[in-house]
Amino acid sequence: MFSSFMVNAWLAGTLVALAAGVTGLFVVIRGNTFAAHALPLGTFPGAAAATFLGIDQLVGLVACAALGVIGISQLSRRQRSDVATALTLITLLGLGTLFLSLSSRYSQAVYALLFGDILAINNSELIPVAIISAAVIILTALFFRPLLLTSVSPDIAAATGVSNRLMELLFLSILALATAMSLPVVGALLVFSLMVGPASAARLITDRPLPAVCLSVAISLATIWSAIALSYVTNWPIGFFVGTLAAVCYCASQGFTRRKQGQGASPPGPPPKAEPLETGPGL
Amino acid sequence: MSLLFQPGFFTSDPVRTAALVGGGAAIVSAVIGVFTVIRGQSFAGHALADVSSAGGAASFLLGISPMLGFLGMAVLAAGALELFGLRATRERDLATGIVLGAGLGLTALLLYFDVTQRSTTGAAISVMFGSMFAIPPTLVPLTALTGLAALCLTGLIYRPLLLASLDAGLAEVQGVNVRLIGLLHLLVLSLAVTLSAMTIGAILSTALLIGPAAAALRLARRPGLAILLAIAIGLASVGGGILLAYDSYGWTLGHGWPVSFFIVTLIFLIYLATGLASRSARPAPA
Repeated sequence: MFSSFMVNAWLAGTLVALAAGVTGLFVVIRGNTFAAHALPLGTFPGAAAATFLGIDQLVGLVACAALGVIGISQLSRRQRSDVATALTLITLLGLGTLFLSLSSRYSQAVYALLFGDILAINNSELIPVAIISAAVIILTALFFRPLLLTSVSPDIAAATGVSNRLMELLFLSILALATAMSLPVVGALLVFSLMVGPASAARLITDRPLPAVCLSVAISLATIWSAIALSYVTNWPIGFFVGTLAAVCYCASQGFTRRKQGQGASPPGPPPKAEPLETGPGL
Repeated sequence: MSLLFQPGFFTSDPVRTAALVGGGAAIVSAVIGVFTVIRGQSFAGHALADVSSAGGAASFLLGISPMLGFLGMAVLAAGALELFGLRATRERDLATGIVLGAGLGLTALLLYFDVTQRSTTGAAISVMFGSMFAIPPTLVPLTALTGLAALCLTGLIYRPLLLASLDAGLAEVQGVNVRLIGLLHLLVLSLAVTLSAMTIGAILSTALLIGPAAAALRLARRPGLAILLAIAIGLASVGGGILLAYDSYGWTLGHGWPVSFFIVTLIFLIYLATGLASRSARPAPA
């Protein structure tokens, strides 16, 4: 499992999980799940375009991610953000199908880009992944307080002179960077599982921001490491394990908080009618 | 005329099937799409389409009709969304994301089995992006039935659904079971999504669902009018897309451009145009 051809997989997986854990928490707090899904998926045509034009894959990915950020932030000026996100996503994917069909010998590569192929990472690809991962974490650390403030209370943020629009743009850019770099590793469809699952678990367990970030990174690392190990043992695609483990994290933390609430002070007023239904999806 | 319509366009069987199924998908998606956009559930619509691709992948593996695979998985996912469905929008998005992630993981696994056990290498692309000109004509009756079921169900719950979508609080006061209506909407949504997932692919079915409805809602304030407009826009983009894709065989020497690309591009252009139209029709909101 730790033989030479697996070393890059472990390193790349760790780097991706670090960035995903940090950004994921803000995705969850800001309720940007759809954008976190749409950016990676909309970015993957960048790889197809890069193959078609014969340029470096990472350049194509970053360019496409930038297009996605511009699209979402421009369209959401005059439209609700979920519709803006959907429109940006479909337009990028439409371009993607065109590039895919023009460079026709691409079927296996599509599968790898959508669902991830961690064994395909070579030494030269590892360096840009490390740089971008560091950039994502440093950017988030620098803007930690304003990002948190605009996420939790946009009104107070505006009153203290923090621009919500600017922070939204900054956050989308960080998200796009994290996306472009993790895409070849875990695949377009599951980058966001790695962001949302561990972070939602972390936020349900603690309310304080800094412990939540650490916890989110820890769970995200645990997820990717188990996914790599399981994928190595079973030879099944890594994306399957990432998606499933993220869902397990979420369900487990739901169960955890429900028990915690049950032990704590009794909730005021009558319990909501839907209570018996809601215990269903827990563990 | 012959420049626009290449010879054989009206007599080609694949084109006729594509037009029938695509048109049906456009109508159903437009109707449901208007409600979906009003309710702010674009993400749920997209997630259902993506998750239903697991069903598509499973049907390759089991050798059953892809329609059944897509449909079964979409209905399952709708049920899961409703089970997880919490009240606040943010939590709802989060739960949607988790269901979507798990579903996509399953798709990855099933496609992997498709490739290793049945050696159908094209499965990933055809499941995700659809191949409109390759729809077998035998699928048409089942597709029509699904579309009709979705439309009838929407017609039955039209008023309560509209009320619950616009103002859930008011609807509750009026005695509407908002939760039941939400579940029914998800069910209809999964039917609509299945239809378009079959035609233009799981990922791009969001285009037919959200695009025409969003464009129509920019032009019309009244829901009935918006639905009619959305249907017209959807049909126009599907028809135009098929026509352009058919013509494109002549552009790049026997290699057609994908239908999905043309449909999505047309939808996006129409959306941008409606933005200009609505901006010139009334002053921009302050």
